[in-house]
Amino acid sequence: MLSDSGSSASPGTIPVTLTVNGQERRLRVAPWTTLLDLLREELDLTGTKKGCDHGQCGACTVIVDGKRINSCLALAVQKDGARVTTIEGLSSGSLHPVQAAFLEHDAFQCGYCTPGQIMSAVALIEEGRARSRDEIREHMSGNICRCGAYANIVDAVEDVLKGKSSSRSSSVREAAE
Amino acid sequence: MATPSRYVGTAQSRQDGPAKVTGAAKYAAEFTAPDLAHGVVVSSAIAKGRITAIDTRAAEAVPGVIKVLTHENKPRTAWLDYNYRDQVAPPGSPFRALNGPEIVYGGQPVALVVAESFELARHGASLVKVTYDEEVPNTDLEKNRGAAYVPPKKRSGIKPPPDPRGDAAGAFDKAPIQLRQEYRQAIEHHNPMEPHASTVVYEGEGKLTIHDKIQGVNNTQGYVCGVFNLKPDDVRVITPYVGGGFGSGLRPQYQLYLAVAAALDLKRSVRVVLTRDQMFTFGYRPETVQTVALGADRDGRLQALTHDAVAGTSTFEDYQEAVVNWSGLLYHCPNVTLDYKLAKIDTYTPSDMRAPGAVTGIFALESAMDELAYATGVDPLELRLRNYAERDEGEGKDFTSKALRAAYEQGAARFGWSKRKAEPRAMRDGRELVGWGMATGVWEAMMMQSSASATLMPDGKLELACSTADLGTGTYTILSQIGADALGLDLDRVTTRLGDTALPEAPLAGGSWTAASSGAAVQAACRKVAETLFGYARGMADSALANADFAHVTFADGEIRLQTDPSRKVGIADAMRAGGVATVEATETVKPSMLTAMRYSAYTHSAVFAEVKVDEELGVVRVTRVVSAIAAGKILNLKTARSQILGGVVMGIGAALEEESMLDHNLGRIMNHNLGEYHVPVNADIHDIEVIFVDEHDDKVSPLGVKGLGEIGIVGAAAAVANAVFHATGKRVRELPITIDKILA
Ligand code: FES
Ligand code: FES
Repeated sequence: MLSDSGSSASPGTIPVTLTVNGQERRLRVAPWTTLLDLLREELDLTGTKKGCDHGQCGACTVIVDGKRINSCLALAVQKDGARVTTIEGLSSGSLHPVQAAFLEHDAFQCGYCTPGQIMSAVALIEEGRARSRDEIREHMSGNICRCGAYANIVDAVEDVLKGKSSSRSSSVREAAE
Repeated sequence: MATPSRYVGTAQSRQDGPAKVTGAAKYAAEFTAPDLAHGVVVSSAIAKGRITAIDTRAAEAVPGVIKVLTHENKPRTAWLDYNYRDQVAPPGSPFRALNGPEIVYGGQPVALVVAESFELARHGASLVKVTYDEEVPNTDLEKNRGAAYVPPKKRSGIKPPPDPRGDAAGAFDKAPIQLRQEYRQAIEHHNPMEPHASTVVYEGEGKLTIHDKIQGVNNTQGYVCGVFNLKPDDVRVITPYVGGGFGSGLRPQYQLYLAVAAALDLKRSVRVVLTRDQMFTFGYRPETVQTVALGADRDGRLQALTHDAVAGTSTFEDYQEAVVNWSGLLYHCPNVTLDYKLAKIDTYTPSDMRAPGAVTGIFALESAMDELAYATGVDPLELRLRNYAERDEGEGKDFTSKALRAAYEQGAARFGWSKRKAEPRAMRDGRELVGWGMATGVWEAMMMQSSASATLMPDGKLELACSTADLGTGTYTILSQIGADALGLDLDRVTTRLGDTALPEAPLAGGSWTAASSGAAVQAACRKVAETLFGYARGMADSALANADFAHVTFADGEIRLQTDPSRKVGIADAMRAGGVATVEATETVKPSMLTAMRYSAYTHSAVFAEVKVDEELGVVRVTRVVSAIAAGKILNLKTARSQILGGVVMGIGAALEEESMLDHNLGRIMNHNLGEYHVPVNADIHDIEVIFVDEHDDKVSPLGVKGLGEIGIVGAAAAVANAVFHATGKRVRELPITIDKILA
């Protein structure tokens, strides 16, 4: 279905170039493959989760060209040339401030919605649309947490936002750009 | 040996947290194999009838489709029901996927398309043509109430209602205050965020490694061995992370059966992941209709209590849960009659969903108590205190402990309950009506047999292991805390392994019993390690502990010290060297005390206070504030414990206001089978929730004094919200969920 060289690609595939977590990937992808399935099944980036495959839960949230999207609603071929950041690309070595805040505030339980929540929060902070707790709640409502960690998620995001008002975290900016 | 608490009882971040926030944690569908094939399930389009033809040719013609399994070609599996009965199966004949042409519920799996890729399998599935002979499905509980029956065979582990005490009917007739109302709980689906999935890795020579979404790997192993006639040695189940269960992962589900059947048939690895709509094609919280009758004095003291429930179950199994039993033990009342019946409908068998039975029964009881409060003019909290049960009158036993009074007091104080205006519609905030409601919660405190191992490594690190699952419950972390304290180690030197049938066997993670059971097993194993170490230390030449007694030493900072004279000590590493061992390992099994169970009743309690704001023109209800005060014995980890309760309250708010799987009785199918139409709380629905853990010392309930927290947070939450809605609006809604149409009606 897919290969980095392209030589053994089956007839129904289309060449696509993506920069995934800073690394350029030249791929051949079937037109019916979503960005989510490409990440999970072909690139072994299973940190991005599938909760519904219908754009209804946010578990698959990744940042594409600086914007958070539901990767289950994007076909991989539509994203030719895009820069994609997944949870795996958020930090190297030490945790990203949002990851650290989630850990500190226990903003998850089972962890399945968590990569999506974190990617959503990283982008939200960059969007600059959330100043109050109510705004955080509203703008994080595309990410369902069935474990019900919402109060802690708001605490975690608020913490990072407050830290940001003095000195904006460069890694936040980088991931969201 | 004394074990000072350095970690137990404190707030600790999750040990599995770094893996979860970085995306490194692998769930069942994320394991792979070089020869992995993908299976997609075809679901029945009808709810009742027979398959007359199933045409798989078009699917099979797609290059890359490997096989289509149907009832016509599925591999032979065990004959007897017995082999399909898992650890928590209710009485009856467990569902068997692809067993024959009969369709017994909507969405039943009728084929599995296996292909080289997920997309090819999905495409193949869309090409399978099924022709049915359709019958009229019978899914309306209301129409089947007349045929309700007392389940002839009891489900193991579920107590039937206790025998009546006194004369409830007679006392009701004589009571000056009489209330009788009907309450209804809608069908709810668990909807964990991780869809059910099984990755079956074919290891060759009939050996399988299975990554299954399950709340206890041993249940999967036993089921697969029973159904496919395999030996436990040939089936290893490894599931280190479970993306939420809430009970949906207690029983092995059909994707497991299909994935194993395909893997054995094709002799290659197969993964089957259910879609979100297929998550509505197995267990659920059953619809339940209840009648509660309360007879009381004019000052609100209960004289008579009757609680009847009729719950739906499938045509093939008698699923049972404790719905009415709580009414026999929560309040002092001399005359009580409780009754629980089932009615068969053409759906899948219901399954335990977070605080099964208690969510349903307590909603009815605590709504009725609220109605009694208004009927007598007694404050709802005062009414509960007047009827406080000092003993379990249902079973005639004392409680191992019961700090519910403290929970009422502290919860009320934090909430500001004393400022409540008694009459409905008396409080406002701008254009919104404000309502304050409260309810009591209760759940059984259980302990199960469990084993665990503890291994002290050459580098001084401690590894704990047992097969139970961490569903987000904090089990990894609390077990490590217990181990660290037992051997006086720094917490970061202790790790816990879970979710693997190669590890000592623990029960399913359910019923809130994991902390009490596996926690005690870990403590026992660590104690054994400590004894061994002490033996080495004492036997050393010129040992500082030569004449010491194990009872008088303590383990701290990598040393074994005499409590009365800490300068008399031996380093753990020195003791191991003296013993000539590189590691010290112990595996221990703990069991609940039968004697305690005979003499005492063990329950967790809560007092839940809720504030709602209701926009009467729009019918929108917001739960703006909740205080949940919990009496649950010893709390092991304040951080993860609080999260457990928060999560329970959130799901309780969902039950109160949003969650309902709606059956179309003409089609016998659930109409809103996706997260866009089956509403669960989202972030904007949740406001302030405060959790209080009241002190509750209990030296009987379990070796650690732990009662468990997985369920109690949800119990009573829906009733507190419903009672607050009444206080705000004067409108009593007795059917969950309380949706806008009911507010505006
Ligand atoms: S998986 Fe994409 S929104 Fe649910
Ligand atoms: S942590 Fe389990 S769904 Fe959010």
